[in-house]
Amino acid sequence: MASLKVVTISLLLGSLLGSPAFAQSPTYGVGRTPTAEELRRMDISIGPTGEELPPGRGTAKEGAQVYVQKACIGCHGAAGIGGLAPILQSKQGADVPVWKKERILPLRAPHATIVWDFINRGMPVGLEGTLTPDEVYSLTAYLLFLNKVIPEDLVLDKQSLPKVRMPIGDEFGKPHHFKLNAPRLEGYPY
Amino acid sequence: MDSKRNSRRELLKAGAALAGGITLGTGGKAQAQHDHPMTPGSENASPMIHGSKEQIEYGQRSKYVTSVRVQHPIGGRPSPDVFGKVFHVATPLQDSVGVITPSSLHYIATTRGSFLPDIDPKQHTLTIHGLVDRPLTLTMDELKRFPSVTRLHFIECAGNRHNGKQKTVQDTHGMTSCSEWTGVLLSTLLKECGLKGSAKWFVAEGAEEVKGASSIPIEKAMDDCIIAYGMNGEPLRPQQGFPVRIMVPGFEGIYHTKFLRRIKLVDRFYMNYNEFGHLRPEDKELALGEQIGPKSVITYPSGTQRLPGPGFYEISGLAWSGGGAVKTVEVSTDGGKKWNRAEFKNTPQRMAHVRFAYPWKWDGTETAILSRCTDEIGQRQAMREEIANWWKVPFERDYRVPGLDNSVMPWKIARDGSVTNGLA
Repeated sequence: MASLKVVTISLLLGSLLGSPAFAQSPTYGVGRTPTAEELRRMDISIGPTGEELPPGRGTAKEGAQVYVQKACIGCHGAAGIGGLAPILQSKQGADVPVWKKERILPLRAPHATIVWDFINRGMPVGLEGTLTPDEVYSLTAYLLFLNKVIPEDLVLDKQSLPKVRMPIGDEFGKPHHFKLNAPRLEGYPY
Repeated sequence: MDSKRNSRRELLKAGAALAGGITLGTGGKAQAQHDHPMTPGSENASPMIHGSKEQIEYGQRSKYVTSVRVQHPIGGRPSPDVFGKVFHVATPLQDSVGVITPSSLHYIATTRGSFLPDIDPKQHTLTIHGLVDRPLTLTMDELKRFPSVTRLHFIECAGNRHNGKQKTVQDTHGMTSCSEWTGVLLSTLLKECGLKGSAKWFVAEGAEEVKGASSIPIEKAMDDCIIAYGMNGEPLRPQQGFPVRIMVPGFEGIYHTKFLRRIKLVDRFYMNYNEFGHLRPEDKELALGEQIGPKSVITYPSGTQRLPGPGFYEISGLAWSGGGAVKTVEVSTDGGKKWNRAEFKNTPQRMAHVRFAYPWKWDGTETAILSRCTDEIGQRQAMREEIANWWKVPFERDYRVPGLDNSVMPWKIARDGSVTNGLA
């Protein structure tokens, strides 16, 4: 009984004084806890490991059909060339280094997961969020195939997509460790 | 007697005008038509704006004030485009006074060209999840129950680059604005959720159709990010992210996710589509593309304006830095040979515009005027030549500054008083 009282008092003191030991307990108690199902539906951020990817699968051949069915062709042109929207297939030869090629997402992206993420969150224009996971896997496969990143018969799914080796490899700038109240670039006076 | 009759006639005229459904402006005209001598000084110098319900409920600017936003020249996409999407729209800095950009003139930028979501705040929620002990979903009313802060901060788009082809300061520097923002510190909310030690970055995601998302370091989250619902004394405007956006003070505009719906705490850098746009071959250039460098520009006199003749002018401009508060601003009126300390018109604040001024007597000769600033962490705004020298590359006329362009902007003054782009 006495020890319970001590605990209660120290809890109270902790929250009042903001003691580090109790800093992790809620202070205001406002808002609600989202359900696991709500979070699953809402969480469309796909990181480089692909852990958030949903089940599903697709190949370039299937993607070529989805590309026509979903009218991607209307804005991006046949096979990603000749439309009003950004081009999706490089016009450059295979021997041209990736940084000298066009800035095309399914070509220059360091992780294939970004291609999946962007199609899923942002396409097609005006009908965002209506593609099924299979359709997004298929379209991703088709665009990667068009840019000679993967073979036509590779099945993309939660396991294989994060493992796709992108042409850029490791040849891109990495975000530096941000420091507060420090110059943008160490040794750079401007 | 005569004058009484005349007033009566005026009243009748005004009444007829009102009855005829003629509103604002024309009513004033009727009053101005005095056809009799009046006591000098008793006449109204101007026509009157008749009170209307709309005028009384929500104020309008004078019809003589016509300053507007325009399409930003870089990127070449019109706003609105044929679909009604908005891309990059610049604020009229040449007409600005003080440091607050009117909300109606704040610059606009979108992730890839975007419709403006018409969000009902009663339906909108913000969810914080990922590497926290307790995920949290807040309605807008609940968000407003947390302790708030009100701070002055600028936002600047990474596309705010100046070159010799642009004419006005709106073209060269109009993709930055400054407002007073009100909201809850993100650190307050993250402490409420119980931030896990493994959280190193967070992804902030918007509710517009492309659901634009950016990755931001956790150190920034715990320092000064604001989950903002207020702007210049009222709710955010839709073009600035109504009902809620994140302020990431000093970081380039795209990080300030509008229509904020979700914050996910993660253990690594998540490269989103927004970050794909930041992709560069070199670490060094990437580092110069996150936090805005020390920057200033003279807004008066500036491109396409004209000095009426030799004599006194107060040179005036804006300075800001993503590294902290502006410490000093210097102005040169001789093309950069001599630099003079400018005065501040308001107290410099962290990651906020400060208005500077320098009194100047123009002798009528051809010259160039420039400004440069230094921030509180010692970064100094440089001439393009200096930056090229630092990078050890030859300086050419169309030299492109690596990362965000915070180089000095010169304005040329011709003998006829006309002001033009000094980079042209």
